[in-house]
Amino acid sequence: MNKTLLSVRNLRTVFVQGGQQQVAVDDISFEIQAGKSFALVGESGSGKSVSALSVLRLLPSNGKIIQGSALYRGEDLFLKPESQMRSVRGKRIAIIFQDPMSSLNPVMTIGQQIGEAILIHRRIDRDQLKVRIVELLDQVGLPFAARRAGEYPHQLSGGMRQRVMIAIALAGEPELVIADEPTTALDVTIQAQVLALLKELQQRNGMALWLITHDFGIVSEIADHVAVMQKGKLVEQAECSRFFSHPQHPYTLELFKAVPSIDHCQRQEEDVTKGVLLKLDRFKVFYPIRKGLLKKVVDHVRAVDEVSFELKKGETLALVGESGCGKTTLGKGLLQLIPNSGGTVQFDDLDLNSLSQRELRQARRKLQIIFQDPFSSMNPRMLVGEIIAEGMKALNGELSEEARRKRVEKLLSQVGLPAESRLRYPHEFSGGQRQRICIARALAVNPELIVCDEPTSALDVSVQAQIIELLKTLQKEKGLSYLFISHDLAVVAEIAHRVAVMKEGRIVEIGETEQVLKNPQHPYTKTLISAVPKLNAEGFKKIELSH
Amino acid sequence: MVVYWTDGLIFFLVIMIVLLGWRTAGKEHLRRPWRKVAENRMGMVSLVVLLFFVTIGLLDSVHFYPDLEEGSAHQSNEAISLFDEWVTPIRVQDEKSYSAPFANRLFAKEMVELTDGQVVWDYPRLHYGGAHLHDESRKTADIIGLAGKGMLHGLAIWLLAIPLIYFLKQRTLKGVGHNLIPIFKGETVLPLRAIALTFLFLSILTCSAAELALHYHIFGTDKVGQDVFYQALKSIRTGLMIGTLTTLVMLPLALSFGILAGFFRGWVDDLIQYLYTTLSSIPGVLLIAASILMMQVYMANHEEQFASLALRADMRLLFLCLILGITSWTGLCRLLRAETLKLREMEYVQAATAMGVRRSVILVRHILPNLFHIVLISVVLDFSALVLAEAVLSYVNIGVDPTTNSWGNMINSARLEMAREPVVWWSLAAAFTFMFTLVLAANLFADSVRDAFDPRRAAD
Repeated sequence: MNKTLLSVRNLRTVFVQGGQQQVAVDDISFEIQAGKSFALVGESGSGKSVSALSVLRLLPSNGKIIQGSALYRGEDLFLKPESQMRSVRGKRIAIIFQDPMSSLNPVMTIGQQIGEAILIHRRIDRDQLKVRIVELLDQVGLPFAARRAGEYPHQLSGGMRQRVMIAIALAGEPELVIADEPTTALDVTIQAQVLALLKELQQRNGMALWLITHDFGIVSEIADHVAVMQKGKLVEQAECSRFFSHPQHPYTLELFKAVPSIDHCQRQEEDVTKGVLLKLDRFKVFYPIRKGLLKKVVDHVRAVDEVSFELKKGETLALVGESGCGKTTLGKGLLQLIPNSGGTVQFDDLDLNSLSQRELRQARRKLQIIFQDPFSSMNPRMLVGEIIAEGMKALNGELSEEARRKRVEKLLSQVGLPAESRLRYPHEFSGGQRQRICIARALAVNPELIVCDEPTSALDVSVQAQIIELLKTLQKEKGLSYLFISHDLAVVAEIAHRVAVMKEGRIVEIGETEQVLKNPQHPYTKTLISAVPKLNAEGFKKIELSH
Repeated sequence: MVVYWTDGLIFFLVIMIVLLGWRTAGKEHLRRPWRKVAENRMGMVSLVVLLFFVTIGLLDSVHFYPDLEEGSAHQSNEAISLFDEWVTPIRVQDEKSYSAPFANRLFAKEMVELTDGQVVWDYPRLHYGGAHLHDESRKTADIIGLAGKGMLHGLAIWLLAIPLIYFLKQRTLKGVGHNLIPIFKGETVLPLRAIALTFLFLSILTCSAAELALHYHIFGTDKVGQDVFYQALKSIRTGLMIGTLTTLVMLPLALSFGILAGFFRGWVDDLIQYLYTTLSSIPGVLLIAASILMMQVYMANHEEQFASLALRADMRLLFLCLILGITSWTGLCRLLRAETLKLREMEYVQAATAMGVRRSVILVRHILPNLFHIVLISVVLDFSALVLAEAVLSYVNIGVDPTTNSWGNMINSARLEMAREPVVWWSLAAAFTFMFTLVLAANLFADSVRDAFDPRRAAD
C-alpha cells in the first residue's frame, strides 16, 4: 500500500511585475508517494521550478502563492509559520539545484559545507560529525572521501560537485528530495552516473524523489510517475510505463515527436555533392603554460592536438565530445577567431593560416559561425536589422541602403520571422527566435561554410527541432556545409552526414553517422553512446506508428 | 560680451548634453532606464534642485562689460556676468567689515560720531543692512514682513507658472483644473506632485531671499564687507565648473586608454597599466600643487598674455580642472578596461570579427555603446567628489585663485574667523549649506541613475 507523502492541491502561484500579475503556476494538483520517484516534465518557463519553490515557500520576493495547499503528511505547509518551515526544509524536504558551480560556497571546504548542513538538524560532536561527513561522501560515491572532505569546490569536477550537493541534501536524512534539473549542466557520461546514483539512493534510503527535468530520456530511466506541465498547467499525469506507451495529451505527443533519437540516422551521403571545401591537416591550438619570474613557457595545454579532417561541399560534419574536449576551440580556431599553433586550414583554394589581415577579412564572408547562447551573441544595443546588415556593410559597402533593407527583410522571411522584426531589439525575442536571427546574420554574407557551435543546446526540444529543420532546409537550398559542434548524439543523428568524435583535443573516431552511432569502434565512442538516456524503445515505436 | 575659456567650455558641454539627450530620446533601449530615473521621486526632486543650481551657474557664465554709467558709451574694464547684473544690489552693497546675518550694525565697536558731534565707542550702523529702519527695535517684525511678502510673491509665481506650463504643453487651458487633480493626488506615473512641490519650495525660498537680500545681508558680510550670500551664490559656478570640466578632461583619457588596454591586450595593455599605476601611486595633491605653482610662475613671466585679474583667475580655474582631470582618470580607466576585457570575449564581438568587420568599427559599434552605463554612473558619482575636492584644495591654498569666489576659499578664510572671539561663523555656515545642498542633490540623483542602470535591479 502506497502512502502519500506530499499532496499538492490546486496550487496557483503568480509573479507581480510592474503592477501586473503573471500566473506562473496555474491550478495544479498532484501527489508524491513515499519512496517513489515523481517526474515533472516541461519546457523552460512552464513553471516546473516555480512549483517546487512554492511548495518549499522559497519564492522570490515578487512571487506569491494565491491559492491551494501543499499537504505534507497531512499538514499544510502553506499554513505553517516561517520558523517551523525551516525545520521542514532540509530535514524533511531537501532540494538539489541545477548548477553545482554556483550552489557551493567557494571559500569553504566541502566537508565544512556538509557538516554545516548536518549540524542544522542534529547536534553531534566533532568526531561523530567527521565520521558522518565521510559516510555521506562515501554514500554519494566520491572516491577517497576522507581526503576529499578537506578540499575546496574548485578542486572538484562538475560531476563531483553535484555529488557533493546530493550529499548536502542527504545530510538531513530527508524523506523527499527535490532535484531541479540535477544533470543539465553535466556531460552525458557524468549525467548517467549521477542519475544512477540518485536512483540507487532513492531505493536504498526509501526516499521519495521529485525530479524536475525537460529530458524525456531521464524521465523514462528514473521515474515511477510522470506529470507534464505546459504554461503553468498540468496537462497529463500517468504511471511511467503507461505514459510512454499511451500518451494522451496532444502537447505530450508534440514533445515526443520533437525529441531527436539517436536510433535513426536520417542523412545519407547522396545529398552531398563531391568536392572538398575544407581540409584541416595536423591543425593545432596550444595554450602556453607559463611559470616563474620571467613567465617562461614550460608546457602547453593541447586544446586541439593535430586534428585532420575533410569537409565536402553541402555536407554536415558533426564534431562530438564532452565539455573541455576542444571542439569549440577547434571551430573558432579554424575560423581564425583565436590564434592557432600550426597545421594548415585549406578552404577552397585558400590557406587561411597564411593570409594577410586584409585578405582574411575578404575570405571571412565564406566562413560564418552560429553560437550556442543566443542571448550573448547579439549586441543588445543594436536593432535586429542593423545586426543582420552589419556583415553586408563590412564586406560589400557598395550596396545601397534600400537594397540592404530588402535583403535583410528577405533573410528574415527565410528564417521564418516577420519583416518588421528588423526594427526591434534582440531582447524582445525568445531564445528560438534569437537563434533564427543569428542564422539570418550568418546567411547575410552568403557563406559556404557555417560552424554551428552547439546552436540548439540552450533551446527547448520543440524549438530545437524547428531550428534543426531550418538548418537542413537552408542546406538543401543553398548547398551550405556545416561543421556542427554538439554534445548531444541524438541531435547529431538527426542532422549530420558524418561524425567526428573528439576526446582531449584529438579526433578518436570519424566516419558516416550511421556507422559511428550504430557500430562504434573506439571504446570512448561506445561509452558516450551507452550513456545517452533512452526513451523506452518499445513505447516509442508505438508513438511513431500512431503518426 | 566676453567669453572666458571656462564659459566656452561649459556651454560646449551643455550643447553636448542636449545633443546626447536628443539622440537618447530616439532609441528605445536608451530611453528605458531614463524613464525609470524619471519615475523615481527622490531622483526627480534632487534633479530639480540640481537644475536650480545649474541655472544659476550658467547665468553666472555669460560675461560682458557693463556700461559705466547710465547712457554713457564707456565700458568698465571689469567684466560681470548676467547673474551679477541681476543681483546687482547685493553685489555692490559692501559694508566696512564683518557684520552678522540680518544685522543692522557692524560686528565690532568703532568710534562713532553722532549727529550732535559727540563721539562714542559703539557698534556703528551699517550702510545698507537694515539702513531703512528708523526704529531698530522693529527689525524682527520688518524681517518677518519682508519674508512674508517674498513668500506671497513666490506662491503667486508658482500659481501662475503651473497653468502656463500646462498651456504650453496642451495648447489650451480647457480642463486645466480637472486634469491637474491626479497630479495633486499623486496618481501620475511620473512624480509630478513631488516636482511641483519642489518648485513651490524653491520659488518661495528664492523670492523671500530676494526680498530680504535687498534690505539685509542674509548671511552677513565678510572681512572686507562683501555680502556672504552673494559670495556663496557666486561659488556655485566654481563648484559646477570643477565638477563638470574635470569630467570633460578625464573622460576622453579614461575612455580611450581603458578601451585600448582592454581590447588590444598585450603590450598596449602593459603600457597603459604601467602608466596608470605609476600615476595613481603619486599623491594627487602633490601633483596638483606642483602644476599650480608652475602655472603661477608662467603667468607671472608672461604678464602681457594675462591682462586682467579675471582672466588670470579663469585660467587658474581651467588649469585646476585640467590637472584634476589628469590625476583622476585612472579609476574609471581601470573599470572600463575590465569591462572591455569582458566584452571583447562576448560572442557578438566574435560574430562581428567573423563577418570581417574592422577592429576600429567593432570598437565603436560594439564595445563603446556597451560601456556607456558605466561612464554615466561614474561621471555622476564623481561630480560630487570633485566639488568637495575643490573645497579641500582651496583650503590648502592650491585650489582656485583667491579672487575667485568658491566654497573652498570661503572655508579657508573661515579658518581665521573661527579663531576670533566672538566667533564669525557665517562664512563657514553659508559655504557649508550651499555645498551640502548641491552635493546631496547630486548624490541622490546619482543614486537613482545607478539604480536605473543597474541590470541586476532592472526586473523587466
